[in-house]
Amino acid sequence: MNTPLLRGLLALGFALALWQGVVWASGVPPFILPGPGRVGASLWANAPLLWEHARFTAANLGMGLAAGVALGVATALNLALSPGARLLLRPMLIFAQAVPVFALAPIITLWLGYGAPSKIVVVMLVIYFPVTSAFFDGLMRLPAPLNDLAQMMRATPLRRLFLLQLPNALPALASGLRLAVVYAPFAVLIGEWVGSSRGLGYLMLMANGRGQTDLMFAALLVLAAQSLILFALFETLSRGRLDRAGQ
Amino acid sequence: MTTLRLRGDLWMGTAPLIRDLALDLPASRWSGLLGPSGVGKSTLARLVAGLPGPYRLEGAICPEDGKPLQGRVAMMAQEGQLLPWADCVQNVTIGARLRGVRPDVTRARALLAQVGLKGLERRRPAALSGGQRQRVALARVLMEDCPIVVLDEPFSALDTLTRLAMQDLAASLLQGRTVILITHDPLEAIRLSDQAYLLGPDGAEVLNLPASPVPRDYTAPETLAAQAQMLARLHRVESETCAG
Repeated sequence: MNTPLLRGLLALGFALALWQGVVWASGVPPFILPGPGRVGASLWANAPLLWEHARFTAANLGMGLAAGVALGVATALNLALSPGARLLLRPMLIFAQAVPVFALAPIITLWLGYGAPSKIVVVMLVIYFPVTSAFFDGLMRLPAPLNDLAQMMRATPLRRLFLLQLPNALPALASGLRLAVVYAPFAVLIGEWVGSSRGLGYLMLMANGRGQTDLMFAALLVLAAQSLILFALFETLSRGRLDRAGQ
Repeated sequence: MTTLRLRGDLWMGTAPLIRDLALDLPASRWSGLLGPSGVGKSTLARLVAGLPGPYRLEGAICPEDGKPLQGRVAMMAQEGQLLPWADCVQNVTIGARLRGVRPDVTRARALLAQVGLKGLERRRPAALSGGQRQRVALARVLMEDCPIVVLDEPFSALDTLTRLAMQDLAASLLQGRTVILITHDPLEAIRLSDQAYLLGPDGAEVLNLPASPVPRDYTAPETLAAQAQMLARLHRVESETCAG
């Protein structure tokens, strides 16, 4: 057994023991704070239900992320290439960020309904700004010697963008994507809380209403697991590619 | 081939940098430009290379053949002009790719072999030594195949022995081109230049060089004597600048 895994298991065991310890020591009733055993049992008993809702949430998360990243990357490239676009779009972008997207979630649900599209759009809007902003900054921060190089070599603007600015901006894009991956699960949960008939957020609200605190915790654990898997997936895919690109 | 004539006053913003500049940079020869730091050596390099900056030339820089300079100048700087994410071949062919022309990879590999990097073509700059990185930069200058080459302190960041080796390599590979060598190292100027100027706020003075052929032997007494003489002169200029 390798050490990182062992250390992880040890930390997990410690956390569970601490949790159980608090439950025992405080004597709070299970409908306020269920112990890990109860939550585990609920997780097991409700596995098909959780799986069904988790799939819906994961699909919205994935599609929202893909759409937001695609839109953010396209915007940043466009801004970097065109001074006109910078003049017109940048103030709008900053204004859009000043409006908390979470506050827009009810409006978006009103427009797009209780189904998947409203969740996807909320995720997309939440991650759009960090991706655009980080990537655009990276694109505009071409080191002076490379700027000179482009000038000396009589580079066309488009080729300068794709051969110099884009590779130089990949580490910046990676930090934007990392933020996106962290924000996205929040966003999808907000979308589901505002109005939904499926998904882990919906399941949590429903379980709360029925006093099924153990199911609420089980849904929370599944959502946390989704976030962790997403983050781990991103780190595995990006490591040694995006981050190292600028070194 | 192209002789360059430079006449006029060089300004940095609203302050004069060099007055009454009169430089003749003869075709197919190495012209060394020396001077204390801050005198405007690198600004002059940017001027010849056609790069923008806060400077202004009141006067003219004219190639004797009357054709425009644009596209006929290649430049090699101290460091930082290699793409960190690209390997040697990609770095050497970046000019063609930036212009949207099909890069000649065979020629790039041949040039890399010529500068002594055979077998290292797939390496990225981070996996090369300082000297090797400047070899890649030199191969790129050769790839651009411009009649005029500006070298702006190209070997300043290298250790002494690597620097001497790079000077020999550059001297042999850039033969036949009009080279403008900007340096603060008197020995470098003496070893490589066919003619050398000392830059100051009041213009450029011609410096005396030994009669021996370039690249001059760094152990020869006349080279060392010229170095001592030039160092003393630079030192005098530097202390006058500081006092003023």
